[in-house]
Amino acid sequence: MSLDALLQMDRACLDLPLTVEPGEVVVVLGPNGAGKTTALRALAGLLPLQGGHIRLGNHVWDAPPKEFVPPQQRPVGMVFQDYLLFQHMSVLENVAFGLRARGIPRHTARSRALTWLETVGLADRARERPSALSGGQAQRVALARALATEPELLLLDEPLAALDAATRLRVRAELARHLRDFPGCTVLVTHDPVDAMALGDRLVVIEDGQVTQTGAPRDVAQHPGTDYIAHLVGLNLVRGKANGTIVTLDNGDTWMTTTAASGAINVAFAPTAIRLSHTRTQGPNAWQVTVTGVEQHAHTTRVHLDRSLSADLSPTALADLDLDGPLWASVDPADLRVYKSR
Amino acid sequence: MNGRRVSRGRLPAVLVLPALVGLAFLVLPLVGLLLRTPWAELPTRLFSTGVGEALQLSLLCASLATVVCVVLGVPLAWVLARGELPGRRLIRALVTVPLVLPPVVGGVALLLVLGRRGPVGELLDSWFGVSLPFTTAGVVVAEAFVAMPFLVISVEGALRAADPRIEEAAATLGASRWLTFRRVTLPSVMPGVVAGTVLCWARALGEFGATITFAGNFPGETTTMPLAVYLALESDPQAAIVLSVVLLAVSVAVLASLRDRWVGG
Repeated sequence: MSLDALLQMDRACLDLPLTVEPGEVVVVLGPNGAGKTTALRALAGLLPLQGGHIRLGNHVWDAPPKEFVPPQQRPVGMVFQDYLLFQHMSVLENVAFGLRARGIPRHTARSRALTWLETVGLADRARERPSALSGGQAQRVALARALATEPELLLLDEPLAALDAATRLRVRAELARHLRDFPGCTVLVTHDPVDAMALGDRLVVIEDGQVTQTGAPRDVAQHPGTDYIAHLVGLNLVRGKANGTIVTLDNGDTWMTTTAASGAINVAFAPTAIRLSHTRTQGPNAWQVTVTGVEQHAHTTRVHLDRSLSADLSPTALADLDLDGPLWASVDPADLRVYKSR
Repeated sequence: MNGRRVSRGRLPAVLVLPALVGLAFLVLPLVGLLLRTPWAELPTRLFSTGVGEALQLSLLCASLATVVCVVLGVPLAWVLARGELPGRRLIRALVTVPLVLPPVVGGVALLLVLGRRGPVGELLDSWFGVSLPFTTAGVVVAEAFVAMPFLVISVEGALRAADPRIEEAAATLGASRWLTFRRVTLPSVMPGVVAGTVLCWARALGEFGATITFAGNFPGETTTMPLAVYLALESDPQAAIVLSVVLLAVSVAVLASLRDRWVGG
């Protein structure tokens, strides 16, 4: 059964259409405060919608002002950001809880819960309290608890955010495997582009409650449509109108590209593609810039420029420059990626 | 600089002297009580008829009153903490009234409502032939009336401090609100419930004003320990001391059992 939802909430100014096919993992990616968690809570039934609808197959879960199915009657599984395991129960009881709540006898519930703990590799910790687990283990128990009831819709709220970097890498790979095996619909929200790219079949980017871009992770990463996404995937983005290989940028500059296009377009390029110099270079795509900030990374220096662009410089290139003086930037037309803006 | 203590000057006498007097005022009477206690005959006195009877009755009534308070007070606390009721602040204020009300006034109020002529008492009498005033059951009612706010306030505080999202997690797992309350909420606020219960029991055990007003003073039936202490002061001061020491011991035990909560820091 597929999910078809239009989530409208005055709070967070949310207006989010969302469809998920069985077996598909849709990642809602957005900055903090974009309304991601609100959307997830609405899907779970923890917040009633103010407008729109939520349907799973033929079942209407929420359609204001009439229909509302309370959370305990929706076949959902939810993994919360801080897991919210029941601290007074053993790990096994946590996983068995959903089955017991749905009226499955204790013995059956426990043996099924144990099978799920085996699936996530924690059968040996079944008798322990959640407080005895590491962050990564607690995350896996939360996942097993959500999956144990065999929900139609799996909801994950920043499932990796509470983990340290090393654990995160391993847990992310495991989570991806479990999500691949899960036959129902999955909605995962995150603000982390790496999680989004690694776990999602499709991305829905929301900013201030509105969808700004959707598509396959690879497509979104290569063709960012907004400054937020461009920044997330580490690209510079400028907009303009193309006429063949001539682009008139929104600020009036004229650039050359190697890809012919027409109409409103985005131009994306890597920070490494920008050259900085004290004099205007011969050739196309040069403009005067002001430095707004400098950040030292491992082997490169990121120089923030006006118009929210950034350039990555090697130490030698940096040594030749006086960043306080007047500067010119230029980009090789071959380094520009041109695509239609949406 | 290392090792040198920063002194902010001596403590001002104008504060220290009243503080010492205050401390002595609180502690000395208790010390005096312990000094006058006939320790040698304590065991025999404890099991003499009058004292033993009062002790037994007190323990029974305080425990029954506590059961009543838990059965009614925990749901009341839950409704106050979780139910989105209109006028919740007013209800909370009403619940707290018996906490500050002089117990005698509570006893009078109970008598007016539950007495044979009172609106509720009349019904109880005509329907079930039950009359509460001046009975052991009346003692339980008076004690429960005075002690319940302690339990409600304590449990409600624990409920408000508990993360409500843990209940949301239970809901997404298919648990009804009742199941969630039983299996998730209640166990997670158990320390608060236990503290409230102990406090409630201690308050019920020491209840005097409402009890003597509503239930009167009939040895073996409504004469609880505090009433017995008061009576014995005239006829048998030694018995009064023994009973007082028992009540003091109970109070100290309650305080010790709650020390992490109330005496910490």
